Amino acid sequence: MLSVENVAVELPTPRGNLRAVDHVNLTVGAGRTLGVVGESGCGKTMLSRAILQLLPKKAKLSGRVMFDGQDLLQLSPEKLRKLRGRSLAVVFQDPMTSLNPVLTIGTQLIETLQEHLELDQATATKRSVELLAAVGIPAPEQRLTQYPHQLSGGMRQRVAIAIALSCEPKLLIADEPTTALDVTIQAQILDLLAREQRRRHMAMILITHDLGVVAGRTDEVAVMYAGRVVERAPTPALFKKMRMPYTEALLAALPRIDAAPHTPLPAISGRPPDPTRPLKGCSFSPRCRYAVARCHAEKPDLAEAETPAHQYACFHPIENHAGAAA
Amino acid sequence: MMQQYQPATSHAPLLEVDNLVVEYPVGARTVHAVSGVSLQIARGETLGLVGESGCGKSTLGRAVLQLRRPTSGKVLFDGQDLTAMQGDTLRLMRRRVQLIFQDPIASLNPRRRIGDIVAEPLMIAGVKDPAKRKQLVDEVLAAVGLDPALVVGRLPHEFSGGQCQRICIARALVLNPEFIICDEPVSALDVSIRAQILNLLEEMKSRFGLTLLFIAHDLAVVKAVSDRVAVMYLGRLCEVGPSEQLFAKPAHPYTALLIEAIPVPDPDVRPTETVRVGEPPSPIAPPSGCRFRTRCPRADARCSAEMPELRVVAPGQLVACHHPLI
Ligand SMILES: Nc1ncnc2c1ncn2[C@@H]1O[C@H](COP(=O)(O)OP(=O)(O)OP(=O)(O)O)[C@@H](O)[C@H]1O
Ligand SMILES: Nc1ncnc2c1ncn2[C@@H]1O[C@H](COP(=O)(O)OP(=O)(O)O)[C@@H](O)[C@H]1O
Ligand code: SF4
Ligand code: SF4
Ligand SMILES: [Mg+2]
Ligand SMILES: [Mg+2]
Repeated sequence: MLSVENVAVELPTPRGNLRAVDHVNLTVGAGRTLGVVGESGCGKTMLSRAILQLLPKKAKLSGRVMFDGQDLLQLSPEKLRKLRGRSLAVVFQDPMTSLNPVLTIGTQLIETLQEHLELDQATATKRSVELLAAVGIPAPEQRLTQYPHQLSGGMRQRVAIAIALSCEPKLLIADEPTTALDVTIQAQILDLLAREQRRRHMAMILITHDLGVVAGRTDEVAVMYAGRVVERAPTPALFKKMRMPYTEALLAALPRIDAAPHTPLPAISGRPPDPTRPLKGCSFSPRCRYAVARCHAEKPDLAEAETPAHQYACFHPIENHAGAAA
Repeated sequence: MMQQYQPATSHAPLLEVDNLVVEYPVGARTVHAVSGVSLQIARGETLGLVGESGCGKSTLGRAVLQLRRPTSGKVLFDGQDLTAMQGDTLRLMRRRVQLIFQDPIASLNPRRRIGDIVAEPLMIAGVKDPAKRKQLVDEVLAAVGLDPALVVGRLPHEFSGGQCQRICIARALVLNPEFIICDEPVSALDVSIRAQILNLLEEMKSRFGLTLLFIAHDLAVVKAVSDRVAVMYLGRLCEVGPSEQLFAKPAHPYTALLIEAIPVPDPDVRPTETVRVGEPPSPIAPPSGCRFRTRCPRADARCSAEMPELRVVAPGQLVACHHPLI
């Protein structure tokens, strides 16, 4: 369905060129969910914007993005716009990014349906009510006349999802769809996305900084660090045997419900490197507890673990991982 | 009722909140933000306060500090009733209690230098000697892991969210307070920075002998730092108890729901889709009887007729439910 090939994104800044995405390769099949995990600033959003061709004007993009048999980088702006409305949909962290504050929920849904599916007013209205009901909004008929600010954060995200799903997309990119929400509402929204993904046999990319979010809800996980994919594996294989020290550190930093109160968390010290000053060696080396001289001098390539599906970029992969953080 | 609760030490609690009610008038109607909350925090203890967005956690924190005057009820700090205090007496008292907010960047004045921001409480407290102020600011910045020489002259926008939260913590500590209310201090931070800040709060707590009220919506985060946890729903407390006990044996159906909503970083633990239906009702017209009944799988006629009071279910554990889980 989607294949991202050697995609790189560079942004000119006053401090020099910033490499936000550094030669990323990914694929997502129909009916599959890919999780993309990493700290803030590691390039997750830029990667999704590269796929959607929604990069800032000054950004330089290279590589190939094959979607449904066409190279998105070669499409005309007009064709792209059509594609984004129909087959390629996105849900952002802040639902207000995709909602218009001065239009009612109904107007926004109905207009989207009319524009892309060429439905008449009555059919579009009926479909809108069905969509709102499908995303778990009570009394959907009444909601049509409400404005986004009259809804809670969770409800707004449901509406944004309804709009994203309205044209039956083949691929849905959900960029931290629940980071701004409570844990309970987060669980509801993730359930909703998973249910709709299965029902529609969509491909989905779920972006998050929380490994707990992707564990039970994705088929494959790509871990990003400093613009690169540093580990990639089928979800069960990843959690069974993490290879990349960064993945392990991200997992260990999560507060565990089975740990006693006041147990210090194994935090990753420091911050990711300045993306305008790329390191010569492994970009995780200043923070990595396994780093040796070679790590500071040379950049590790993605190598294969037991199966070609499991790849990691590290000179000293973790050998025996018990499944949980050390 | 809270009078049945015995604090961990034989001393009087440092903070005692008694039947606190906070209401906001909106037009002709009333938001019942906090409706009769009682709790006690012993000196040196961390009490976690958890609940969904809008349930009244921040309102409670602000009412404790008298930043919002409560409609009724008492707030005893070190035996003295803050609700009865005015002017200078209150200002002097407030020095002993500090507040840390959710959005670290927004809570720092963008036009002031970090050195001045951290020194501000000292200015207000009348520390006139600039050398003394500088010494205290440098000490507290170093304590939160920042290099005073590198940060004092810079502006907030030059720092990441995690660094801004360190600065906020430094500002809260500079007057050497006894009690800190942390209002979702890590909700806006990603996993790795969250772990750093949680560890820092724990370290500061033991180093400065602090007592904490730690507010969050994520029970896993709350458990990591709290001795006891209070669970809040729509302005009322559902359950209070020692952290581990509450996790092992939640008595209130809402506590169970919050525990279930925590994303578990293990692909073998399939997320369950059971009780997490719906969102909290409006605090303008809260449900009769038990406020949780509209989402509770155990609700019956008694739950809508009669408001459940907090009562002891296990040593140190109190629940407000007619049909508790234990
Ligand atoms: N100044 C105000 N005027 C009117 N209503 C208010 C005001 N401040 C808060 N409220 C309402 O009071 C209730 C409790 O708000 P509060 O901010 O304490 O919730 P919270 O648990 O801190 O939520 P969040 O996690 O969203 O910050 C909410 O319904 C909120 O909309
Ligand atoms: N419009 C922009 N101009 C310049 N740099 C940007 C822009 N947007 C993002 N960046 C930079 O690109 C890098 C990756 O950002 P982003 O993809 O937003 O990360 P994430 O989504 O993982 O938080 C960061 O270093 C960020 O500061
Ligand atoms: S290559 Fe070296 S520094 Fe990088 S993650 Fe592996 S061990 Fe750590
Ligand atoms: S009192 Fe009734 S409605 Fe409320 S939590 Fe208990 S069982 Fe549920
Ligand atoms: Mg992002
Ligand atoms: Mg709040």
